[in-house]
Amino acid sequence: MSEKHIESGEGHIAIPGYLGVFAVLVVGTILTYWAATKDMDWIFPGANTLVALLIAFTKMTCVMLFFMHVYWSPKLIWLSAIASFFWLAIMFAYTMQDYLTRSSGVFST
Amino acid sequence: MQNADAIITDSSGEPKVNYLTNGSTIKSWLLTKDHKRIAIMYLVSVSAFFLMGGLYAAAIRLELLTPASDLMESGTYNKAFTQHGVLMIFFFLIPAIPAILGNFLLPIMIGAKDLALPRINLLSLYFYWIGGGLTLYALLQGGVDTGWTFYTPYSTTFSNTFVMAVGLGIFINGFSSILTGLNFIVTVHTMRAPGMTWFRLPLFVWAQYATSLVMILGTPVIAITVLMLAIERAVHIGIFDPAIGGDPILFQHLFWFYSHPAVYIMILPGMGVISELVSNFSRKKIFGYEFIAFSSIAIAVFGFLVWGHHMFVSGQSIYAGLVFSFLTMVVAVPSAIKMFNWTATLYKGSILWNTPLLYAVGFLGLFLIGGLTGLFLGSIGLTVHLTDTYFVVAHFHYVMVGGQVIAYLGGLHYWWPKMTGKMYSEFWGKISAMLVFVGFNLTFFPQFILGYQGMPRRYASYPEELQVLNIFSTAGASVLGVGLMMPVVYLVHSLFFGKPAGDNPWMLPGLEWRTSSPPPTENFETMPVVTWEAYEFGEENGLDTEEARRREAVSTVS
Repeated sequence: MSEKHIESGEGHIAIPGYLGVFAVLVVGTILTYWAATKDMDWIFPGANTLVALLIAFTKMTCVMLFFMHVYWSPKLIWLSAIASFFWLAIMFAYTMQDYLTRSSGVFST
Repeated sequence: MQNADAIITDSSGEPKVNYLTNGSTIKSWLLTKDHKRIAIMYLVSVSAFFLMGGLYAAAIRLELLTPASDLMESGTYNKAFTQHGVLMIFFFLIPAIPAILGNFLLPIMIGAKDLALPRINLLSLYFYWIGGGLTLYALLQGGVDTGWTFYTPYSTTFSNTFVMAVGLGIFINGFSSILTGLNFIVTVHTMRAPGMTWFRLPLFVWAQYATSLVMILGTPVIAITVLMLAIERAVHIGIFDPAIGGDPILFQHLFWFYSHPAVYIMILPGMGVISELVSNFSRKKIFGYEFIAFSSIAIAVFGFLVWGHHMFVSGQSIYAGLVFSFLTMVVAVPSAIKMFNWTATLYKGSILWNTPLLYAVGFLGLFLIGGLTGLFLGSIGLTVHLTDTYFVVAHFHYVMVGGQVIAYLGGLHYWWPKMTGKMYSEFWGKISAMLVFVGFNLTFFPQFILGYQGMPRRYASYPEELQVLNIFSTAGASVLGVGLMMPVVYLVHSLFFGKPAGDNPWMLPGLEWRTSSPPPTENFETMPVVTWEAYEFGEENGLDTEEARRREAVSTVS
């Protein structure tokens, strides 16, 4: 598949495919708005944020895979994309290690 | 194996058109796609910002000559150190080596005609100009007083200065950085000449590659952070302000997630320059090539894991502080690997004490002090005493000026003959290098003591008993200023009156020394095929014999 992308540009989705991805993005946006109007704290505190992030992550993945053609790209591009997620995970994890340990046990401030 | 004919090229064989003479109109420069011309435009622009940042530094040191706040009132002083920081960090230290030396040399060093994305390269320069112009506009309108770190709540609640405009300038300038990094990565992956394997790449290229990784992974975060700051100021969405549901320490996490790796954006290219200088001016294959190459990558990766050491006393949890403190010690290891390997390379080398090597040796000493005092500050207990004192200022300047600026100056002198085709005055070069070294130490070493004695940074006044050391520091700044201005004079002088440099004035084997000085627009008249290892010195290639003859001739004349 990757060779096709490099050599001839074949293998991309056609215009209906792009419209389909666009529709997913629009639905995602509407869902985000709808979710923000509901109080989901009954699931667990902060569930609204998690739901919003999940929708955003799904939309971003669609953009990356189809609009940015990562799906048809060589493995090196896949590696680059995955590495950026890894770095994002580092940022979240090391930031949360502060927030989650501020008031617990011997490490509390 | 290389042969002497391929390397010892004759200066009389210059092509009729080189990159400097290939068009002389302003349009030919502003619309150029030639990486070398873009590098020269960066050189002029970055130097202008360096000068402006330096003027602010002079104002700061003049104010601190006396204990009282008599030259500037406190608010003005706040603006002076903020603007010094903003101009120096975002518009000089970060772009200096990648955008000038990297742009000019990276394609030549790997045997390519240009960067992979020449238009993107020009666009990055435009972004730099737009971002810089916007920032200068804001400074002229009244400036900004938050400190270069833009900490909340200074920058959201209390500051009424031009935070938005400067933030936007930095935001736009960030794209310049991202595009340069992207271009370098694509170029190194796709444009290497036949035979130029990864482990034949000059270590300067490895350092640029590692820097580029940090640029594209980190810079978007600062851009987003500044954007969120602007959103909070403009439409009061609670992100960092606790009064509307935000968290000021979140700003510090996001800011330092980029800004600590940014320290490596500044210093890693300098380390690449030092690897070139140490190996080439001791005429020895560098000791531990692979270790130095991978230590650059290790610094780039580990550099992302230590940002919390800027936040030990900010309210961050003690657990997080312990983790960040430990990781800070870890990141010292790859830096130490480089230091040991550079020293081992110099050992028993055939050393040529020219201006570039003077800078390189200066770097080794100054960066050592800067790096080791970084470990002091990374120790979670000791840093409680030292945070926000002049000890931090001294440490930072030992790494940034003693490291990056010294390396940049060394690299500029080293490659100046290639960039311009002219030799500068070696005598004045050495005088300048020594003045910079002496002036720098006189300026910043007393600040370690001042900081340890408790002098806080960012105040226009201080107790009288600290004045003597402050006088030393200001006097040193004067010497440093003279040392830094001298190259402007003798390098510009060399453009008009300098002796022709020849293609390979240092008798070195790297690819950049196998094309004419200045290089033609396409860099090489024919595609080079690399059949030799990096830093391959030896009698069989004729370079050492030529160099020995040259040194003998020089010593006979003198």
